[in-house]
Parts: sequence; C-alpha cells; structure tokens
Amino acid sequence: MKSFDYVRPETADAAHEAAGRFIAGGTNLIDLMKLQVETPEKLVDINRLDLRGISTEGDGLKIGALVSNSELAADLRIRTDYPLLSRALLSGATQQLRNKATTGGNFLQRTRCPYFYEPHQACNKRTPGEGCSAQGGVTRMLAVLGTSEHCLAAHPSDMAVAMRALDAKIAVTRADGTTERLALDDFYLLPGDRPDRETVLEPGDLITAVHLPAPAAGRQTYRKVRDRSSYAFALVSVAARIAMEDGKISDAALAFGGLAPRPWRDGAVEEILIGEAPSEALFGKAADRLLAEAKGAGGNDFKIPLTRRTLIAVLNDLTGESA
Amino acid sequence: MRVSLTVNDTPRTLDLDPRTSLLDALRDHLHLTGTKKGCDHGQCGACTVLVNGERVNSCLCLAVMHDGDEVTTIEGLGTPENLSPLQAAFVKHDGFQCGYCTPGQIMSSHAMLKEIARGWPSHVTEDLSAKAELTIEELKERMSGNLCRCSAYKGIADAILEAAAEQREAAE
Ligand SMILES: Cc1cc2nc3c(=O)[nH]c(=O)nc-3n(C[C@H](O)[C@H](O)[C@H](O)COP(=O)(O)OP(=O)(O)OC[C@H]3O[C@@H](n4cnc5c(N)ncnc54)[C@H](O)[C@@H]3O)c2cc1C
Ligand code: FES
Ligand code: FES
Repeated sequence: MKSFDYVRPETADAAHEAAGRFIAGGTNLIDLMKLQVETPEKLVDINRLDLRGISTEGDGLKIGALVSNSELAADLRIRTDYPLLSRALLSGATQQLRNKATTGGNFLQRTRCPYFYEPHQACNKRTPGEGCSAQGGVTRMLAVLGTSEHCLAAHPSDMAVAMRALDAKIAVTRADGTTERLALDDFYLLPGDRPDRETVLEPGDLITAVHLPAPAAGRQTYRKVRDRSSYAFALVSVAARIAMEDGKISDAALAFGGLAPRPWRDGAVEEILIGEAPSEALFGKAADRLLAEAKGAGGNDFKIPLTRRTLIAVLNDLTGESA
Repeated sequence: MRVSLTVNDTPRTLDLDPRTSLLDALRDHLHLTGTKKGCDHGQCGACTVLVNGERVNSCLCLAVMHDGDEVTTIEGLGTPENLSPLQAAFVKHDGFQCGYCTPGQIMSSHAMLKEIARGWPSHVTEDLSAKAELTIEELKERMSGNLCRCSAYKGIADAILEAAAEQREAAE
C-alpha cells in the first residue's frame, strides 16, 4: 500500500477543508489501496461526522450516509415498507462486511471487472486511455447494456439497484458548500469515452444522506442470480415492485443489476406492463423491450437469456396468487 | 500515529503507520496471534473480530480508524483452561481440521447468535416481519463469510447449533 496522510475531522466543513479522499467503512477503498488500484495521498475519515441515523421525513425516510448496510437491512420501517431494499442489502456480501459497509460508500463502490483489479492489465477506468483488456477477454461478470467500446464494466452494487427501483434521491454537499438531491440516473454516468468518471461527484463532494419517497403500493421482491447461493456478486438481479388492480397491472417499478455500468431502469419496459393483464406474452414483450439493445461480449452472452427468464419469473411471482 | 484501543477489556496504546490494518496491529504489534490472516481482502473471514460488539473483517479495517474502539478477539472469549461454550462445542464436535479458520468461525458465530437474538433477518429469512429461528439454512447463510479450506463445515455447524441450544436453555 502506498503511504498516505490520515485525518479525522469532526464536522462536514472540516471534512471539505481537509481536501482528501473520503473513507467510510473502508471495505472497498482499503481493498483497492492494498492492490494499489487506488492510491490516495490523503484519507479523510468521515466516521465522526453527524451522518448517522434513519429518520422520517414527510411520508418518506432519510437515511444518513454512514448508516451501515446491516442497520439499514434490519430497520423495521425498511423491512415493512421497502422490503426490496432489505432483501437487496441482505443478498450482498456477508454480515461482517455489511456491518462496516455504509450507505454512501455502497453507492460508490468500484466495479468488480477482473481487469480493473489487475494493474498489469489495460483498463480505461483505472488509467484513462490505456485500453480495455476486457474486450476479447474474460467477460462473465461484465455488462451487456450501456457499455461503450472503452469499457464493459458492470456496477456491482445490490443496494443501488433497489434504490433505483424505489426512486431514491442522493443528497450531496458539494465541496463549495452547495447542496443537491440527485436521482440515481442523474448521479451515475455511463462510461462513453471516460469510464474513469462514474458519477457526477467531483473530488470533495460528500454524500450526506439518501431520501426515500413515501412507500408505494404493490408487492416487492429482489431476485439475485449468482454463481453460488451466498457471498457472490450478481450475474443478474431484479428489484421489482408491481401493483395490481382489478386483475391488471396498475403500477410497476423494475431495476436491474449486473447488466450495466449503473443500476439499470427503462421506463419503456414498465409502460408495456402498466394497464395490462399479466400474461406470458406480455412479460415476454417487456423482456424484449428491456434487452432490445443488449450486446454480449462472448463470455457474458448468457446474461441476455438469463435476464429474460429472471424477469419473467419475477413478474409471475409478483402478479400471481399471493404467496 | 498514536492509536488507543481497548482490546479484550485491556486499554492499549500503539504508535502505528496509518497503513496498519487492525489485523496486523493485533497480530504483529499486540502479539495476539489467535486472529488469523487468510486472504487479507475481506473474502475468507479468518480475521473476524468484534469491534464494539459487532463482527467485522479486521483485514479491511485501518487501525487508526478505530481509535477509542473496543475490540474483542478469540483470546478474549475464553482461555484453554476456561473455554467459552462455543469454543468447547467446537472441540467436542471436531469443528475444525487444521484449525486455521477456527478463531474466525468462533468470533463470527458468537456475534451471529446475538444477531439472531436481536431479530436481524438474513437473505434466507422467509418472512421479514418475523423473528428468524436458527435453522441449518439460516446458519449456512449467516456463516457464509467464513470459509474453511478443510471443509469442516459439518462439525462447525453441529458445534454452533449445540452452543445455541445451550444458550437458549440457559436463558429459559
Ligand atoms: C468480499 C466482498 C464481497 C462483496 N460482495 C458484495 C455484494 O454481493 N453486493 C454488493 O452490493 N456489494 C458487495 N461488496 C461491496 C460492499 O458492499 C462495498 O465494499 C461497501 O458497500 C462499500 O462501502 P464502504 O462504506 O465500506 O465504502 P468505502 O470503502 O469507505 O468507500 C468506497 C468509496 O466511496 C467513497 N465514499 C464513501 N462514503 C462517502 C460519502 N459519504 N461521500 C462521498 N464519498 C464517499 C470513498 O471515497 C470511496 O471512493 C463486497 C465487498 C467485498 C470485500
Ligand atoms: S483475512 Fe480478512 S477476510 Fe480473509
Ligand atoms: S479447519 Fe482448516 S481451514 Fe477450517
């Protein structure tokens, strides 16, 4: 590990002034520092900042950036009103890791593309302009939607997929003190020709909280398909909420993990479903829409039929007789 | 940098390079070698300790970030003359072969039993609104962060189930 300076400010102002790389749970950053994929010169430990706790806010919830993944998954309000979020969190990593991992850090965890982890392999995300060894390489875990010729990496987070389905907003305090609330599609960037830029955050911008809107109607689930039944990243995952009225789908929210460089949601898929009676043909049409532009790179071609089947299974579950 | 930790109820002060992991601080600086280093990347669980009562992978903790925290290691659970119930159950059920993963398994299961008692759900909990029982499926999911290269899983599971049953009886 490269050496670094370490500071532990007590206030957000001091954290901005310190002008270094924030560290929260450290479960991703320390791992990458050991591999020298990340080499920050200064670590700003934000654990003493007042960014903890889950509180009600209007009809929704405000989740502090330092709330651990375990605490969030176990919170009774989340388990009752936003169960797909509890399910997504509990499907990620292990209890030891979830105890340290924070809500803010989870959004910003880096890809698990094997070439990003290997400093002697070319990776445009790690070193812009270097090339992408994943092209023509081992692509089993990589994305099939939203990629570019410069990068095939998938976003690894389960939590962020759930947050996308729930229309969560990320509260950010910019380095200059201004604050913003960003929807996930305005927060995450697609790789294009700058895969090293993953979000709109600039150095020194701090995530302070996540805001969940009022609980929405319908049944919810999070289905994660992976190489082993526990402690593995998603090949494909679906966070879904479906509301039914008079035998027809009245509302739908569907977000996907493992498929793209950011949690993936496509409003056109939901529009196909809303107002219709559930049927195998309808679900097939929705899957066709979702995957119309999907492109495999060889080793991940299987994700396209796998996503199709996983989506159809989830829709059958949520529109069928209550379990 | 100066770092103060309370390790197994004893206050300790160390002067550490900020790069030092909590794992290396425990093993190399405090000579508490019960805690093991397997992967050093959060993937195997051999380094599991309790920080302020919760289980974490000490290899992914910087010691400086834990200034003021309470750390419990396998040495703090029991001693060879006075084993903790989980330690005794691991011996009785052959919950190991080479023994390398064992301290991590025991620290992890110690915390896991408290999580179950607190009503924390897991990925395999059917009903998120109910309190999960320690079934074998729950145990496997909740212990999936502790790998055993010798595959002593049967003995590990039997040991944890027995210690959990004893704990329940004692509480009744
Ligand atoms: C073995 C292993 C298995 C895993 N499996 C899964 C899995 O199945 N599913 C899954 O979703 N995840 C998985 N993870 C990843 C884990 O969820 C992340 O490492 C964790 O959520 C990151 O949170 P953290 O607080 O530890 O982040 P840190 O490592 O502290 O930080 C990560 C990044 O976020 C930045 N940052 C942190 N907080 C803030 C803030 N408030 N404002 C601005 N920037 C901030 C840091 O500068 C850094 O760039 C796994 C990790 C490991 C090691
Ligand atoms: S040594 Fe920490 S998890 Fe393997
Ligand atoms: S007993 Fe050898 S690794 Fe578990």
